[in-house]
Amino acid sequence: MAFVEVIDVRKVYARDTQQITVLDGLSLSIPEGDFVALMGPSGSGKTTLLNLIAGIDQPTSGSISVANTNISRMTGAPLAKWRSENIGYIFQLYNLMPVLTALQNVELPLMLHRMSGAERRNRAKLALELVGLGDRFDHYPRQLSGGQQQRVAIARAIVSDPRVLLADEPTGDLDRKAGEEILELLERLNTEFKKTIVMVTHDPHAAERAHRMVHLDKGVLSA
Amino acid sequence: MLSLVFVNLFRNKLRTFLTLASVFVALFLFSSLGAILDTFQAAADSGSRERLAVRHAISLTNFLPGFYKSQIVAIPGVKRVCTQTWFGGIDPQDRKAMKQRFAVDDDFWPMYRRDFTLVQWSEPQAAVSLPPETEPHLAAYWMERNACVVGADLFRERGWKLGQTIHLEGTLFRGTWDFVIRGVYHKTEDGTWSDDLILFHNEYLQERGLGGRDLVGVFKVEIPDKSQSAAIAKQIDVLFENSDNATLTQSEQAFGAGFISMFGNVPFALRMIGFAVVFTILVISANTMVMAVRERTSEIGVLKTLGFTDGAIFGMVVAEAAILTTGGGLLAAAVAKFGLDHAPFPIFNTLTITWATVLTAVGIAIGLGVVSGFIPAWQASRLRIVDALRRVD
Repeated sequence: MAFVEVIDVRKVYARDTQQITVLDGLSLSIPEGDFVALMGPSGSGKTTLLNLIAGIDQPTSGSISVANTNISRMTGAPLAKWRSENIGYIFQLYNLMPVLTALQNVELPLMLHRMSGAERRNRAKLALELVGLGDRFDHYPRQLSGGQQQRVAIARAIVSDPRVLLADEPTGDLDRKAGEEILELLERLNTEFKKTIVMVTHDPHAAERAHRMVHLDKGVLSA
Repeated sequence: MLSLVFVNLFRNKLRTFLTLASVFVALFLFSSLGAILDTFQAAADSGSRERLAVRHAISLTNFLPGFYKSQIVAIPGVKRVCTQTWFGGIDPQDRKAMKQRFAVDDDFWPMYRRDFTLVQWSEPQAAVSLPPETEPHLAAYWMERNACVVGADLFRERGWKLGQTIHLEGTLFRGTWDFVIRGVYHKTEDGTWSDDLILFHNEYLQERGLGGRDLVGVFKVEIPDKSQSAAIAKQIDVLFENSDNATLTQSEQAFGAGFISMFGNVPFALRMIGFAVVFTILVISANTMVMAVRERTSEIGVLKTLGFTDGAIFGMVVAEAAILTTGGGLLAAAVAKFGLDHAPFPIFNTLTITWATVLTAVGIAIGLGVVSGFIPAWQASRLRIVDALRRVD
């Protein structure tokens, strides 16, 4: 079985009286250590697929396994615990807590693990140093550039050492230079730290960094 | 996670401060209203079951004829009867002070000997023979028609001296009244009176205020065997039931409670006001929390994405609300308990707030937090991650 195994997944949303099929019998296998770019036009179901793999949404039918765990029927606290141990999620708009410093933002996922405050801070510092922000521990998000904020978000995603990183258009809100830095960082996490990465992107240039491109159109794989 | 709760609590400092202030004001008001009720209750609880109080059957403000005393004391089982008449009066130096002043007769002192300890007294100009069981240091008081004995708290508060003549403006009994301080009492541990009374001779009141008429406000009756109290009370009322001035005889405790009942439904109204205040603050606090959570919808989505459980989110929101209201409640209870004594308004100085009322206020504050935080916490915990992340405020 592949590391990420999506089998015949359907996702249907109800909007008023309408049923909207976003994913329609989609199957996909991603081996461990792969770096996959999910591409496709708006509304093709890229982010929905990413959310299903992250366990933050549930399929209408079909099954999804990640790291040998079938998450398609998991709910509540067990699913939340699984997410905290296995998934690092990177948002397009960073989604940092504005009232917390960079270090405190990175510490957040570690609050769910049994460890002392000192250990938590040390690990968060390590993660920030890894993304090149060793001199920005006490800066608030508003004091950082977009690229720096996304690097804080990546540090937050990797701090609990998850096996899978899911990135939803991580360079979508950045200029080209900052975007390149983020892509280089993701490449490094994939090659040096063996993280399995699934990245949603509109940008063909960004997708070229991945080992494999997967195209979606109207809820099915197109090529 | 508690650190995260505190960070969220102070992210909008003005709103937090205003909510805290409104909780403080509301619970201070609640505690103060509770203090008024406590004071009423303390008045109702004061008094002894071994003593009876005889008043006019129509109203406490009606006088009884003084000659009733000799008839009451003749009833078997009655040891002693004293008189006590409300004087009122205003202190020109402190017109707002609501102190109690009573005219009492000679039997008052032996009857209440266990309630008072004389701590300062003037020496008599000549030897005098006092009634049995009377405090010997009251000799100077005894010899002077307009002498008075004052409570130690009042004596200290006003900076008075023994032998000093004080002046009161009569209210019920018109004119300026002079009193010479001949003694200072301190209430005993079990004493039923406060330490701020002015007690003076009944004869002085009768001569100056009642035109020599022998009228009395209340008779107090000492019954050594309290099992006879009910029977004797009935006997007294039967004795005068067909006269122009029928009596109502109760235990001293019931008399205190009856005095409070003169306020009619005021205690009930105070309770209702208190509950209305608490309900209002519940709505304000809940509104604050709903707004706070709504502003943080996408952040809640992020926390859940990171692995925070629904229960953890619920707990954090409830904790935030509870800390907010408990902070205001503790502050209000502390100010009410320890600050009322030093309030610049004399009416507050006389209030007594019990620990039970303080704890009730703190309990209400915690309860307010939990209740006001419950709905937003429930909403936050039930929020689907994808919906939360989609929402941009």
